[in-house]
Amino acid sequence: MGKTLTEKILSKASGKECRANDIVVVDVNVAMAHDSTAPLAIEEMYKMKDTVFDPDKIVIVLDHVVPSPTVIMSNVHKGLREFFRKTNVHFYDVGEGICHQLLIENHIKPYDVVIGADSHTCTHGAVGAFATGMGSTDLAAIFAYGKTWLKVPESIKISVNGELKFPLTPKDVILNIAREVTADGATYKAIEFEGETVSNMNMPGRFTLCNMAIEMGGKTGLIAVDEITERFFKTERSISSILSLTSDKNAEYIDHFEFDTTDLEPMIAFPHRVDNVKPVTEFEGLEIHQCFIGTCTNGRLEDLEIATRFLKGKKIHKDVRLIVIPASNKIYSDALERGYIKIFADAGAIIGPASCGPCVGRNFGILGDGEVCLTTQNRNFKGRMGNPKSELFLASPATTAVSAIYGKITDPRGEIK
Amino acid sequence: MKSIIRGKVFVFGDDVNTDEIIPGIRIRDAPNLQELAKYTFEPVRSNFWKEVNEGDVIIAGKNFGCGSSREMAPLVIKETGIRAILAESFARIFYRNAVNIGLPPLEFKNITQFAQEDDELEINLNEFTVTNITKNKSIQLKPLPTFLIEMLQEGGLVSYLIAKDGYSTI
Repeated sequence: MGKTLTEKILSKASGKECRANDIVVVDVNVAMAHDSTAPLAIEEMYKMKDTVFDPDKIVIVLDHVVPSPTVIMSNVHKGLREFFRKTNVHFYDVGEGICHQLLIENHIKPYDVVIGADSHTCTHGAVGAFATGMGSTDLAAIFAYGKTWLKVPESIKISVNGELKFPLTPKDVILNIAREVTADGATYKAIEFEGETVSNMNMPGRFTLCNMAIEMGGKTGLIAVDEITERFFKTERSISSILSLTSDKNAEYIDHFEFDTTDLEPMIAFPHRVDNVKPVTEFEGLEIHQCFIGTCTNGRLEDLEIATRFLKGKKIHKDVRLIVIPASNKIYSDALERGYIKIFADAGAIIGPASCGPCVGRNFGILGDGEVCLTTQNRNFKGRMGNPKSELFLASPATTAVSAIYGKITDPRGEIK
Repeated sequence: MKSIIRGKVFVFGDDVNTDEIIPGIRIRDAPNLQELAKYTFEPVRSNFWKEVNEGDVIIAGKNFGCGSSREMAPLVIKETGIRAILAESFARIFYRNAVNIGLPPLEFKNITQFAQEDDELEINLNEFTVTNITKNKSIQLKPLPTFLIEMLQEGGLVSYLIAKDGYSTI
């Protein structure tokens, strides 16, 4: 019997031939925690060891509450800076970016075992890594010992075929998948994305797909290594050679979902569940108060570029706030150079510091009672943006940008000339 | 972790997520776990912390604890006095986090039909049985893997790894 991507990566990492449902202990290549999860991880680590196992494998990012709005958070950040100076782990201070984007830009590679104290760590499976989220105590153990235990997950294959024609985006693809698979349809499972649409998709789109594996309960999302992966590592990371990784033809999958993008429409997830998904047309005309373009799902340069195609030379509606947050400072700088930031500013948008921003509801952009936000993030749980009396709709950067212009949910297809 | 847990039942539905268990903004502002626990389930059941007595248990539907990796979610539940969660299924990060802090996450397919709010339950973690004292009936749970039972008995992952000096023996 052949192997899935997961079985191949975890066989290499554990040093033994492993199969779904085996329990393995693996060395961790990248261990990440952020300002919300690192403090507890560090506190627990010191109960086990006096220092970290290997500082080169540990990444701490200040991204969740950035810059700090409270004395309590400022002291948390201060404590994490002190930890960095003491241990020499990789450290990214406020404004450098969202943890997942910084791992993409600087750390992850195919075959890596990437464990992050953040549920969206599944993003990194897009480069053929095994990447999953855990809590602070699991990270503490990795900081101390360099290892973790994993149950090798069974895999679900998701095939997507067909052309993805602008203004349809990878976000519409994954929202449509979430509708079908449901919020717990992939619990404990690895999702392998494949098919023509995925093969033709560039890396930013693949990160968007894998980012939302967790929204279906998935342990991770993975995509095989191909020419697009190789090109990404050459141009973005200056890594000229990476290991190849594909699943075997006779690998075992416990489920297989097939999607065709031919008739796909722009999709939207409505409150308060990520799998409450319908075509945008069903909500057209619904009044909105805030729009947000950013996050580890859709805060990359390509996402900002899509938004500028609609916002160039336009003004946002007077009753709407539009917040735009590049996922990293590098993206911010690139967006400046390409003139995107000027387009946003001229349209009346607020440009925020590279961070999670309002997605985590702890800093700025918190909604008032009864307000509605249309956002490119991955999660619309009740209270996610800091107010349980508000409503969150999830959509692509295209739908979000065009809706900001009209002050109501709008199908981006009507704007394409 | 105690081997025998006895208390009354609090019932929750399917897909209870971590933002419902403990909102992010409360985590940001709480000076300590004791204060934070007052906001447990704030968006869906705001006086939960006042209603719980030590030893009580949660019964929930499928996918309990979905969403973020925040370990504060099981930590605040434990801080209120809850000593076990029985659910049809758990989101996996929550499941690990619960084991890691010594709060047993127990799965049973039709658990929501086994007990109602305020029923008195006794959970025996040596035998993996659950008795509904109010309704006078019992069920047999599937035992957890041995190393996870040991982890719970030690009180969580940190004590387990100190006792075993790392992961070598799993």
